[in-house]
Amino acid sequence: MTDDFTIIPTPHTRRRHKSELRFQWYGKAAIIAALGFLVLMIGSIGYKGVGVIYQTKIELDIQLNADAFDPAQLRKADFSGLVKTALRARFPDVKNRRQKRRLYGLVSSDAGFELRKMVEGNPNLIGSTIKIQLTASDDIDTFIKGKIDKNLPESDRRVKDVEINWIEKLQADNSVVQVFNTAFFTSGDSREPELAGILSALVGSFFTLLVCFLLSFPIGVLAAIYLEEFAPKNRWSDLIEININNLAAVPSIVFGLLGLTIFLNTFGLPRSSPLVGGMVLALMTIPTIIIASRASLRAVPPSIREAALSIGATRVQTTFHHVAPLALPGMLTGSIVGMAQALGETAPLIMIGMVAFIVDVPASILEPATALPVQIFLWADSPERAFVERTSAAIIVLLGFLVVMNLGAILLRKKFEQRF
Amino acid sequence: MMIKTTLPLAAISLALFAVPTYAGERIQIVGSSTVFPFATTVAERFGKTTDFKTPVVESTGSGGGLKLFCAGASLDTPNITNASRRIKLSEVKKCASNNVKEILEVKIGYDGIVLANSKKSPAMSVSLKDVFLALAKNVPAGDGKTQPNPYKTWNQVNPALPATKIEVMGPPPTSGTRDAFVELAMEGGCKKFPWIKALKKQDKKAYKVLCHTMREDGAFIEAGENDNLIVRKLEANKNAFGIFGFSFLDQNADAVQGSLIDGVAPSFEKISSGDYPVSRALYFYVKKAHVGKVAGISEFLAEFTSEKAWGDEGYLTDKGLIPMSVAERKSWKSKVENLQNLSM
Repeated sequence: MTDDFTIIPTPHTRRRHKSELRFQWYGKAAIIAALGFLVLMIGSIGYKGVGVIYQTKIELDIQLNADAFDPAQLRKADFSGLVKTALRARFPDVKNRRQKRRLYGLVSSDAGFELRKMVEGNPNLIGSTIKIQLTASDDIDTFIKGKIDKNLPESDRRVKDVEINWIEKLQADNSVVQVFNTAFFTSGDSREPELAGILSALVGSFFTLLVCFLLSFPIGVLAAIYLEEFAPKNRWSDLIEININNLAAVPSIVFGLLGLTIFLNTFGLPRSSPLVGGMVLALMTIPTIIIASRASLRAVPPSIREAALSIGATRVQTTFHHVAPLALPGMLTGSIVGMAQALGETAPLIMIGMVAFIVDVPASILEPATALPVQIFLWADSPERAFVERTSAAIIVLLGFLVVMNLGAILLRKKFEQRF
Repeated sequence: MMIKTTLPLAAISLALFAVPTYAGERIQIVGSSTVFPFATTVAERFGKTTDFKTPVVESTGSGGGLKLFCAGASLDTPNITNASRRIKLSEVKKCASNNVKEILEVKIGYDGIVLANSKKSPAMSVSLKDVFLALAKNVPAGDGKTQPNPYKTWNQVNPALPATKIEVMGPPPTSGTRDAFVELAMEGGCKKFPWIKALKKQDKKAYKVLCHTMREDGAFIEAGENDNLIVRKLEANKNAFGIFGFSFLDQNADAVQGSLIDGVAPSFEKISSGDYPVSRALYFYVKKAHVGKVAGISEFLAEFTSEKAWGDEGYLTDKGLIPMSVAERKSWKSKVENLQNLSM
C-alpha cells in the first residue's frame, strides 16, 4: 500500500479552501441579516396591529320610551340623547358639565347611530328596555388594550382617573366586552379611529387594479409579441427597446403628473376615480409587462416556430397557436409582479386626487375612491393615537394581498411552465 | 384563449370614457393638511346625518388646494378649499381670471404651533427672540451687521437656557405650518431688534430674507410633513425639539411637552384667548356659484358653522380645533348665511 494518491494540501490550497469557506459564511450571514430585518419588520407591525382584531364594546341598558319616538319618522328621534340618558342612569352621581362630557365620551360618537340601526331593524323594541353593546371610544379602547399607562401622572394621560374609575365599575359588572372587530373590515374610512375601516380602500384598490390589468395586460402583451415576433430588427426597434427599458425606470410620480395633465385636464375624466388611477398605474405597469413578456417569448425555443412554419402555418398562426400559449405563464407572472408593484404605489395617486378622505364604499370605477397604501399613509398622518394600531393592521392586509399575488405568480409558473 | 377574452374587456373599459361623470353629485373639498382633520370630521358627520353623499376631502396643502380651486369654475372642479392661512391677493386674481369671481370666505377657528420636546427632559421657556436667534440662517452681529448663525447650544443664545445642543425638527417649506411658524415666530423674534424693524421700511426684501430664512447647517432639520413622525423622533431623542400643530401635542401629552413661548404655555385656553404668540387662523373658501348647484353645499356650510361643530364644546374641539370667540363666531356665521363675498 502506498499513499501515492493522498493529496497533501499545500499552504496555497489550504488558503483557497479557507477563502471558499469564508465566502460561504458571508453569504449565510447576509441571508440571516435579511431574514432578521424581515422578522423585525413583520414582528413590529404585527405586534402593533394585531389589537385591531378586537374592539371594546360597552354594554348598556337603554330605555326606549314610546314617547321619544315618532313612528312615522323613526330617524328623527334623538338616539344619542337616549344613549346619554342611559349613561347618566348608570352613573347617577355625575353632576357637573365637564364630567358629563367625559362620561358621554366613554362611547364612540357613533353610539347614537348604532342604536338607531338596532331600532330601525326592529321597531317592536320601542317601549321596552334593551341591552345593547355600544362601541367604546378610541381612548377607552386603547386603555382597555393596555396601551395607556395608568401610573403616569393624570395630566399626561388621555384617560383620566374618573374615566378609569367608571371603566373599572363597568368591568366589575362585566359590561365591558371585547368582540371581533367587524367594523374594520366592513366600513370605510372615518375620523374616529374606532369606526375606521378598510373596506372603501380595499374596493378602491380592487377597481384600480382591475382597470390597470384590463389596460396594461393586452397592450403590454401585444406590444411584446409584435416586437419579439414580427418587428424587423433595426435601429428603430433598438430605439424602441431602449425607451421601453427607460420607461420602466421612470419614477412613478411622473406618471401621476402625466395623468393629471392628460386624463384629468385634457380628457376631463373624473378626479379621484379608480378609472384614472388604473390608467395611470397601467402606464407604469406596461413597460414591466412588455419586458417580462418578451423574455418569456424569447425562452420559447426556435424549433417550435420552425416546426409550425414548416408545415405551412402563417406567422400569426405560429405565434398565437404555438408560441404565445407556451409563453403565457411567463407573461402572467410578469403581469402579476407588475400588478403587485402597482398595488403598493401611492405617489402617482397623489396627483390625481386619490389621496383623499373617502367614507362611502365606491360602487363603480367612476366614483371617488382611495387605495390601500393611501389609506395607510393617511392613517399614519393622523394625530389620534389609536390610528397607530389601524395603520399597522392596514399594512398587514396590504402585505397579505402582496403575498397572495406573488404566491399566485409562483404557482402559475410552477403549474404551466415547460422546460425545453 | 386569454388574449381573445381580454381584448373585448379592454374595449369595454375604453367605452366607459363615454359615461357621464358625477360632477355636482357630491361636494369636493381640497386643501390644507392642517384643516384636513376638521373638514373630514364635519364631512363624515354630514354624510351620516343627512341623505347627501359624504363629501370627498383631499389633503393637498393650502397652496396646492387654492391652485386647484382657482383652476376653473365648472362643477367638476373642487367646490371648497381649506387653507391654514388667508387667501392671497394673487390667488384671488388667478381665480377671477378663471371665472371664479365670487368666493365665500369662512374662518373656522385657530391652531397653535408648538415648540415641543420629550417629557424626559425639563420643559423650556423661550422668547421669540431666542427662537429666531437659534434657528435663523443669519443673525445680527452688532452694529447693524449680520453673521452666519454661530450658536451651537441653547445657552449661547440666552444664558438662562440649558447647555444642550440646538436641534429642532420642523416641517418643510411646502407646509402651511412652516409658513405660519416663519411668519409668527421667526419674524416675531426678528422684529425685536430695532434696526431690523427699521430695515423693513427701507428694504423689505432684505428684511424678509433675514427674518424668514431658516438655518441649513443641521441645527434645523426638515422632518417631512408627518407630524407624528416628529413626535416619535422626539421620544427617541430627548435633547431635540420639534415644531408641529397643537392637536399633535394634545394627543401625545404623555410623551411630549410644549415649551413656553414669551412665558405663555401652549394650552387650549391660552391659544384661544390669543395670549400664546404662535397661533394662526384657519379658513375655508367656497365657490359661490356652486351653492345650490352641488347637492348639499348649503347644508354642509350650516353643519360646519353650527355650535355643535365649531362651538366651545363642539366636536371639532375634540379634534384639537381652537374655537373663535362667541362674537366672532356669530359674525362669521352671519357672513356665511348671507353668502357674503370675500373682501381683501
